This record gives sequence, structure tokens and C-alpha cells, in this order.
Amino acid sequence: MASINQNSAATLLPNFRNLGVMLRVLVIVTALTVCAAVLKSSNWSTLLQQWVGIAAVVQPIAIFSVVLLSLANPWLHKLEYRSAVVTIVLAELVITLLVLRFGALILEAAVENTARDVFFAVAITLTLIGYFNLRNRALSPALSEARLQALQARIRPHFLFNSINAVLSLIRAEPRRAETALEDMADLFRVLMADNRDLAPLENEVELCRQYLALEQLRLGARLQIDWHVDKMPKDALMPPLVLQPLLENAVYHGIEPSIEPGVVSVNIYHVRDQVHMVLRNPYRKDGNHHAGNKMALGNIRERLALHFDAEASLQARVGDSEYEVHITIPYVKAEE
Amino acid sequence: MTKHPHALKVVIADDEAPARSRVRDLLEDCASSFPIELVGEAGSGRELLALLGNTPADVVLLDIRMPEMDGLEAAQHLLRLPEPPSIIFTTAYDDHALKAFELHAVDYLVKPIRLRRLHDALTRARSITPLRLDILQRVAPEPRTHLSVQERGKIMLIAVTDIRYLRAELKYVTVRTAAREHLVEESLSRLEQEFSEQFVRIHRSCLVAKAHIIGFERDVLEAGESRWTVMLNGLDEKLPVSRRQQHIVKEFGRNLP
Repeated sequence: MASINQNSAATLLPNFRNLGVMLRVLVIVTALTVCAAVLKSSNWSTLLQQWVGIAAVVQPIAIFSVVLLSLANPWLHKLEYRSAVVTIVLAELVITLLVLRFGALILEAAVENTARDVFFAVAITLTLIGYFNLRNRALSPALSEARLQALQARIRPHFLFNSINAVLSLIRAEPRRAETALEDMADLFRVLMADNRDLAPLENEVELCRQYLALEQLRLGARLQIDWHVDKMPKDALMPPLVLQPLLENAVYHGIEPSIEPGVVSVNIYHVRDQVHMVLRNPYRKDGNHHAGNKMALGNIRERLALHFDAEASLQARVGDSEYEVHITIPYVKAEE
Repeated sequence: MTKHPHALKVVIADDEAPARSRVRDLLEDCASSFPIELVGEAGSGRELLALLGNTPADVVLLDIRMPEMDGLEAAQHLLRLPEPPSIIFTTAYDDHALKAFELHAVDYLVKPIRLRRLHDALTRARSITPLRLDILQRVAPEPRTHLSVQERGKIMLIAVTDIRYLRAELKYVTVRTAAREHLVEESLSRLEQEFSEQFVRIHRSCLVAKAHIIGFERDVLEAGESRWTVMLNGLDEKLPVSRRQQHIVKEFGRNLP
């Protein structure tokens, strides 16, 4: 989960503990049962009856499978891709046979055609595995592209040149502050230019944000005020890198720079049970004379969150009368020791 | 930077304090080859205009991106001064403006500024023909936020959002706000172009602010004729709508909530 590496077999297998993956499995299986019912029924009136009959057998199999796969997830991901596929198919066979057997006992009805049901179970399993394989292949180039985009869109050239300018201004009068600023810049660019496909601890991202904001504060002085609420943040939570930093860059660009008055950017990170919440707020003026560029960053971040967490992560942006708020929710996945 | 009778008087306008101090350092370096006097610093376009109202300057080093009036707008007001200073724009990164500057030979320096470049620009500043207003207007992408008038040697700003109507007189345009009237030396058709979003023409010689229209009234004239007049928020005056522009009355009705 933590690593999405193109050549490893593990990436072709979905993360069975992800809510999005589970939903996809259940939705696809249900859709297939509907298709089967349509094929089997001669007219609309018998359709529902047919479907109930099919779903009564198929749904328990699907639900048991989802539960079992999510339990076996870490173990499956350690296997070679081929052995994992064979294991899953065998497991499905067993589940199907068991459900058919117990189903027959409970419903007290004879199972008509076991061979056919087993054939369908294997076919559907292989179809789903193939689907996730293709989906992962389709998404992994997007991931490397996201990295490229990260480089291109992340840092505004405007920020880079203004920061260099600010550091230059310090060299004569305050060489020590200039040193710190250059170190911050080096760290920032090290992360920007790194391979950012892997998840990293939240702690690192927050540190990066601090360095970034220190540079901004250098140029903006008292105009930029930062309100940190991160005492209760789960430091070990994993997240894609460069999610908060570009959002803070937006906050400074749209919320602080257009005004001569001091403004507050607030960062609030906490977790509720197994979800991590990150809330960023900045002042916002509707008549502000710069716009654009913002949507691109949000789209890019949303995409990367979806690549890593599927449906379990969300990003919401809200524009108030005088405030702009971005709220990110991700599942609390701990870094391994 | 000693006081010298023929020193080049320079003003720095930039919203970032470190950027200003950097230019200050560089000016000091330049001062070794010709006399320079730093006469003031400003943190926004507004501050700059206030400063130049009472302090004459030869050269303004003007940052483009600033809060409270950007450099491009501030320059447009500066050029209306009787003796406008030479303007050298400075910017860290601004693709669009720079292309336009290249095209129209407007002087600019990219930040971080090199000593050599600043030196050359300042040496040139006195000799080259000053920036022309019409070129600057073409370069500036956004309409101004203010109009400016000179009163007793000072630059007075009128917020465009305060303006109720603009009316062409012989040589001037009357600018009417809720409080008073000003005369500006501009052309009504240029103003109409620039502020086409905010203003609408009701008459050959009159533009009114869309946001301040509170209603229209039918006025009966002698001989049984009648005409539409427009009522503006905060003014008693009613302005006639010409026959050709009567469609705006309908459009206004349609846009009501």
C-alpha cells in the first residue's frame, strides 16, 4: 500500500482493504447478477424473481469473498502475482462450494447445477482480477505524470524568484538568516524534485510546510501570520507528499499577498478514529485581482489522493464571505516501524 | 548616496521589504559611478502616488505585483503628472506583462536584479523618451481600479466603484460620485472601452455605473412626448436615456432578481 512501484506484482493486485475496491467488487458483481437475470427471464415480470434467485446465491459469495480478501490482504500482497491469482481463484472456489452447500441446507432446495456455478465463480473472479490489473496499469502512468505535474505546477516561479531575491537582500546585512533561508530552500527543493510516488509520514509534510512558510515570511514579514493547530496530529499517518505545501502556497498567493493588511493562515490537523483531517483556512477577498491557477492545484491533489486512497480520501474547498477553506480527509494509515 | 545638485532622484516601490532593501544596496553600489539620491520608498501603488504628489523624482523602480493598486495601474496615474518620472518596472516573474513590454520597448528589470542591468537602466533613464500612456494602457491587461485627478499638486484617486456616472464635456469628462464632481482629462470612448464591464452608455455623452442604477422613470415632456430617465443611488439628478439606448431599460428589468 505504502509503495506503488510499477514492476512489483503487488501493484497489479488491488488493496482489498480499501473501501473503494470493496465497493467496486460488490457493484460489479451485482451488475453481473442483473445481467444474468435479464438473460434468463423471458419477460419483465419474471425478471425480479429471477434476480432474487440469483442474488440469493451470488451476494453471500461476494460478501464472504470481500471479507476474506480484506483479511488476507497483507499476505496476498507478499505473494508473487501469479500465485496470488491462483490462491484467490482457489479461495473463491471453496467459498462458492461452501455457500452452495450451506445454502442448500438452509433453503432446503437442491442445488441444480454445481458445475455451472463453479464455472461462473471462476469466470467472474478472473474478470475482476483482470479489471483491477488493467485499472492499476492505467493509473500508474498517471502517478508518474502527477509527479511531473508536481514539479511544474507546485512551485510558482513567482515564489522561487522572489525568494531568491529575498535571500540576496539578507546576505549583506544578516548573513546568518540568509544561511537558514537557503537551507530551507534546499530542503524544499529536495522534496520537490524527489520521486514523490511513495507515501510519507505527515510529520515530514508539516516540517516541509514550516520551511516553506519561513521563506514566505521572510518576504512578507508581519503580513503573513500563521496559526498552527497540530499538537494533536497523528505524526505517523501516511500521506502523499506535497499535498499541504501547494495548498499553503495558494493560501499565501490568494489570501495574503493581495492585501497590505496582515492576514492569518491557519493549519489544523487532527484525527478522529481512523480518519485524519487537515483543514487549511486563509482570508479571501472576492474583489482580489488575481485568480486562476488554483483549480489546477486542487485537481492535481484530488487526483493523487484518489490514486493512493481511492474513495476513502476527500478534498473539499469552500469559499466563505471572507474566508477560504480546504478540508482534506484521508484514512489513518500508520507508517510501519 | 550623497546629496548632489544633479543627483538622479530615485523612488523604490515594492511591497516586500527585502526586495526594497536589495534595490537599496544595489543603488548604493551604482552611486559610486554617478550621483544617486534615494528620495523615497513605497509599499503599494497608493503609497507611491501619495509620495510622488509632494516629492519629485526622476526615476521610479516600480514592482508590478503589489497589493492596493499594482504597478501597471500606478504607472498610468503617474504618467498623468505634469512632469512624470521615468518608470522602470521590476518583476520576479510575469510572463504576460514581459512579452508586452518587449513588444513596446517598455523598460523593465527582472528580479533578482543584476547590478549591471540596474546601472544601465538608470544611465538610460534620463535620455530615453518617456513611457507613453497609450502604450501602457495597451500593456495593462486589467481596467484601472481608480481614476486620478491632480489637485493642488497632489494626485487624488477616485475609486471606480464610487463613480455614479461619467459625462463628456468639451475637453474633459465629468466624474460624478455621490459626494462631488471631478474633471478628468480623458476620452469618454476610451473610458467606455476600459470599463465596459461596470458602465453602460445611456446617451451619446454619458456612461452610468450599472451597480448604482436603482431604477428608470418615464418623464413626460411638453407636447405629449416622453422619455426614459435613469435614477442613480445617492443622486437626486435624473439622467435622460436617449432613444437609441432605450434597450438598456428592458435589459435592466430582465436582470432584476
